[in-house]
Amino acid sequence: MTTMSGNGMTLESSKKYSYWGGVWDRLRKNKLAMVSLVVLFIIILCCIFVPIFSKYTLSEVTMADRDQAPSAVHWLGTDNIGRDLFTRLFYGGRVSLGVAVAVTALECIIGVILGSLAGFFGGKVDTAIMRISEIFMCFPFLMICITLQAVFGNSIRTLIIILSVLSWPSIARIVRGQILSLREMDYMEACRALGISNKRQIFKHLFPNVLAYIIVYITLSMASVILTETSLSFLGLGVNPPTPTWGNLIQEARNLYILQHKWWYWVPPGLMIFLSILCFNILGDGLRDAIDPKMQK
Amino acid sequence: MKNYIIRRLLQIIPVFLGILFILFFIIDKAPGSITSNIMDPTMTPELKAALQEKLDPSLPFYVKFFNWLSEAMKGNFGYSFKHYRPVIDVIGDNIGCTFALSLVALIIAMLIGIPCGIISATKQYSLVDNGLTVLSLVGLALPTFFFGLLLLKVLAVDMKLFPIFGLMNPLNAKADFWTKLGDQAYHLVLPAIVLGFAEIASFMRYTRSSMLEVIRSDYIRTARAKGLSEKIVIYRHAFRNAMIPIVTLIGFRLPGLISGAVMTETIFSLPGVGKLSVEAVSTRNYPLLLGINAMLTLATLFGTLVADILYAAVDPRIKYH
Repeated sequence: MTTMSGNGMTLESSKKYSYWGGVWDRLRKNKLAMVSLVVLFIIILCCIFVPIFSKYTLSEVTMADRDQAPSAVHWLGTDNIGRDLFTRLFYGGRVSLGVAVAVTALECIIGVILGSLAGFFGGKVDTAIMRISEIFMCFPFLMICITLQAVFGNSIRTLIIILSVLSWPSIARIVRGQILSLREMDYMEACRALGISNKRQIFKHLFPNVLAYIIVYITLSMASVILTETSLSFLGLGVNPPTPTWGNLIQEARNLYILQHKWWYWVPPGLMIFLSILCFNILGDGLRDAIDPKMQK
Repeated sequence: MKNYIIRRLLQIIPVFLGILFILFFIIDKAPGSITSNIMDPTMTPELKAALQEKLDPSLPFYVKFFNWLSEAMKGNFGYSFKHYRPVIDVIGDNIGCTFALSLVALIIAMLIGIPCGIISATKQYSLVDNGLTVLSLVGLALPTFFFGLLLLKVLAVDMKLFPIFGLMNPLNAKADFWTKLGDQAYHLVLPAIVLGFAEIASFMRYTRSSMLEVIRSDYIRTARAKGLSEKIVIYRHAFRNAMIPIVTLIGFRLPGLISGAVMTETIFSLPGVGKLSVEAVSTRNYPLLLGINAMLTLATLFGTLVADILYAAVDPRIKYH
């Protein structure tokens, strides 16, 4: 018994190091993924430190400076009431990225818990959770978001709750599938034979093996939440101005005059959305390739 | 097969009712509830009184739901005050545009996405493959609304190649059928490109990974070993099996297409269901919102159903149980 657990410990700890170390090594060789990582890092740093490097505040209105084209003073020009658009761009990034982080965290908590329960206990629990997730997956997603926002009023908090409640089924299904296949493996058989408690089985023996898939999902989910939030804000049904997000900054371009003559209103936020989604997607793909050795060629 | 289809159809009913129940529950909680403006002003007073009784806001929630459901089954989804017409007619007027737009986008996506995916897979890691992969990443990352605005600015506003908004030139209102059809098609070119672009990317990625998986299998090596030409190996042997997961993709892309259509219609001011629902939200037109949601939920459910049936039809190894 002691030798067995001793062996298990050394095996586990050496595997842990080589496993994540190996993932990082493989990821580092993927140039595209590394570039994406750097770009994301820069965007996130800019959003965090915008109050430090920008002379202007979020809602500082200077009517004398209104409607200016990009210049040395206002790098991306000003809007029709004289707010600095460069500053608003990165404050908007704070909201867009913040919402994405919050939604991804919440949906993963809900999804991982429900998915593990379904996979681990099987039977009726599994059937019930999977039926519910099927109902959630059949919702016409954007439409339901629109409807819910209309009913509950659009604040950032309701937006976060709505998006995470609507999107947990995918991660729940991934976790469930993984646990179902892991459950049949010999080492889990050994766990059950040794009488290890359910809680310990889930957290010590199943969860670390599912973690890699969750991390990949988190990266890809960031991209899709950014897209959903900006789409809703663009429609005027997500985050309301004066709070800027990349989505409602672009909304200005629904005015044909601005669309035609003032690119600095809508092209920079569009590019930021595009870049961050692109980088999260590439990073997610890179992580998946790095984590799943079967995909290695 | 027939039993399988019937059983799958029956499975849809509880899911559909469940979604409707949740939808009704949500909208019932809204200020200025659905029941307050469901009446058609042209109704006779007796009918009005009967409906009033049925939809009394003080009734318990589940009673209201079943009353609404029984009216909806008869085709009465309520009355849209903004349009002075029943909801069902308003939706009927707008669904054609959404349907045409989604269908054209789907066809564009398949016609371009699938061949690109095959080329990408057969020439893995070549320059063409890398180029197409980068393009598909761009396609997936470019938000519909931003791409739409860019095309609108460059092609419609600056170069004046395409109309800026709407589905028809008002000058053509009295023209003959074919002129009208041509005009509408012309108006749909840009929106369909915008909506199709992201779909091309997802079809391409799916086809590529599906083809790669099949190409590595033993029977393809056998086919090559027999000395068959590469064309026959790829298109006759590999492609048929690779198509199986792609077929299901068509059904599963339906919700995404609908979401994309909402955005596209808003940008190009097309008279479709998407634009209608955004308007319904801002005017608190709850009967219309509920009607649209019910319709689109049904469409999504049928999409998955069609995907499942196609899957079973294409792959004889699937057992219908």
